[in-house]
Amino acid sequence: MQSTTSSLDTQCRSDFPVLERRVRDDKALVYLDNAATTQKPIQVIDAITDYYKNHNSNIHRAVHALAEESTEAFEVTRDKVAKFLNVTNSKEIIFVKGTTEAINLVAYAWGRDNVQKGDIVVTTEYEHHSNIVPWQILTQETGADLKYIDIDENGELMLEQLDEYLATGKVKLVAISHVSNVLGTITDVKEVITKCKNAGAKILIDGAQAVPHMKVDIDNLGCDFYAFSAHKMLGPTGVGVLWARKELLEKMRPFQGGGDMIREVHKYETTYNDLPYKFEAGTPNVADVICFSAAIDYLTKIGMNNVRNHEIELTEYALEKMSKVKGLVIYGPKDSEKQGGVISFNFKDVHPHDVATIVDKNGVAIRSGHHCAQVLMEKLEVAATNRASFYIYTTKQEVDALINSLEEVAKVFKL
Amino acid sequence: MSGDPIYTEMIIEYSRNPSNFGKIENPQIHRHDSNPLCGDSIDLYVNTDGTKITEVKFDGKGCAICMACTSVLTEMIQNKNLDEVKNFQKDELLAELGLEHLIKTSPVRIKCALLSLKALKYGIYSYFVEKMNDVKAAGNLKEEAASLY
Repeated sequence: MQSTTSSLDTQCRSDFPVLERRVRDDKALVYLDNAATTQKPIQVIDAITDYYKNHNSNIHRAVHALAEESTEAFEVTRDKVAKFLNVTNSKEIIFVKGTTEAINLVAYAWGRDNVQKGDIVVTTEYEHHSNIVPWQILTQETGADLKYIDIDENGELMLEQLDEYLATGKVKLVAISHVSNVLGTITDVKEVITKCKNAGAKILIDGAQAVPHMKVDIDNLGCDFYAFSAHKMLGPTGVGVLWARKELLEKMRPFQGGGDMIREVHKYETTYNDLPYKFEAGTPNVADVICFSAAIDYLTKIGMNNVRNHEIELTEYALEKMSKVKGLVIYGPKDSEKQGGVISFNFKDVHPHDVATIVDKNGVAIRSGHHCAQVLMEKLEVAATNRASFYIYTTKQEVDALINSLEEVAKVFKL
Repeated sequence: MSGDPIYTEMIIEYSRNPSNFGKIENPQIHRHDSNPLCGDSIDLYVNTDGTKITEVKFDGKGCAICMACTSVLTEMIQNKNLDEVKNFQKDELLAELGLEHLIKTSPVRIKCALLSLKALKYGIYSYFVEKMNDVKAAGNLKEEAASLY
């Protein structure tokens, strides 16, 4: 394979000022930690500056000009998110601070009233802690059981276990990642959703690693809850989205009490506001929600199928080159069609932090650690892994820089 | 790679063949500690006759820096007086492996280097306070351990 860049990275790279950075004794920055957070294009950075320079105001209450502008921009983002995900009713879009808060909201406001002793909540071995710990807390509190779908040697889910759990008739909720943040495995969510629906179980999908990287059509999926974060898709930190069916949201108790989520408050009773405000207590992250709009515009302009194709090309290229590095073990499907632009790996007998430090000295930023997925680390029988993750601006030359650094690791540790 | 060296021959060698690696059954001092964000996890076992360190071992998993620093620490405190060990400073340990620069250059990796010293200081503190009922002898060890990194 030739080391040429596909058109997408050359088309958008100059929009990302931070990619011009030199680090560690004047090395060009090679940013391969996109599963943790992506860089921001100038359009998003300018939107934040513009908001604070020209519009800053609280929303939903005051009638002055700035408040109306800010409210309008905030609600326009909600509509854009709905359109981006093919959601018909934008009132089903709840702004939260991130995927973690979205899942905790469901665990609290839906879980407390719908999961009882003897019920089952199902999750998987490749979940992020944010899709495990809230369910541990819920099941411990209610006396329900928490069950895991195991992964096979290719890092794919053994879905026959889901059938067994569902056959008990006790499963109330299945909470599952759309794409694994460590292995990159793409879950067959259509099949999982069909199984859950047939068994009458609710289904929550953690889409933090999916929405930024591929076309997600919620209307077509037919799940019950879907969660993701803005900062992993060119947007600012501190903004996440929970989508849930209106019928569910209407029956759910509020998550937090406070301003904006109320209709009327009296000394001993309160009536709650309509959707989505019932779940957005307090002043939301107005500025960041508004400039999330610019990130959605940016991705819409590129087209999510182009994003996905770019990542398939890079992943295939990287997998082939990495398979030739001495002593390197790659986890997960090792198949660019079955995984997102995420590759986890280790050197036999070299701690991932030593790998990351050597690679970092060459300006290459990868992640090392347990990736908030210690259950998966236990399964893989490792304390940690290294992870390289790609995005729209990643070039094949950057993958080459990673490979060169990995070869240096092999040399330093005499593998 | 550029800048101050980390992965010297000595560190690679220690990480491959750590010194005093193993477990002491029923030791007088046992301390487990870990760096949750990077996954280094060690158990330090120490025996003492009340004035001197008579035996020291460790086991666990960690990166090359953690393994090398823990190895060197166990070598440096073997047969030393407890009073001396109580006053052991991080600079002495880092200098032994040429890692003094980590204090300035890598606030993340310094934790790998000093994990064992933190475990040692906490361990001796507990020994004095819990086993010997001697709070005075324990001195500031707890605070020292907590402020290492």
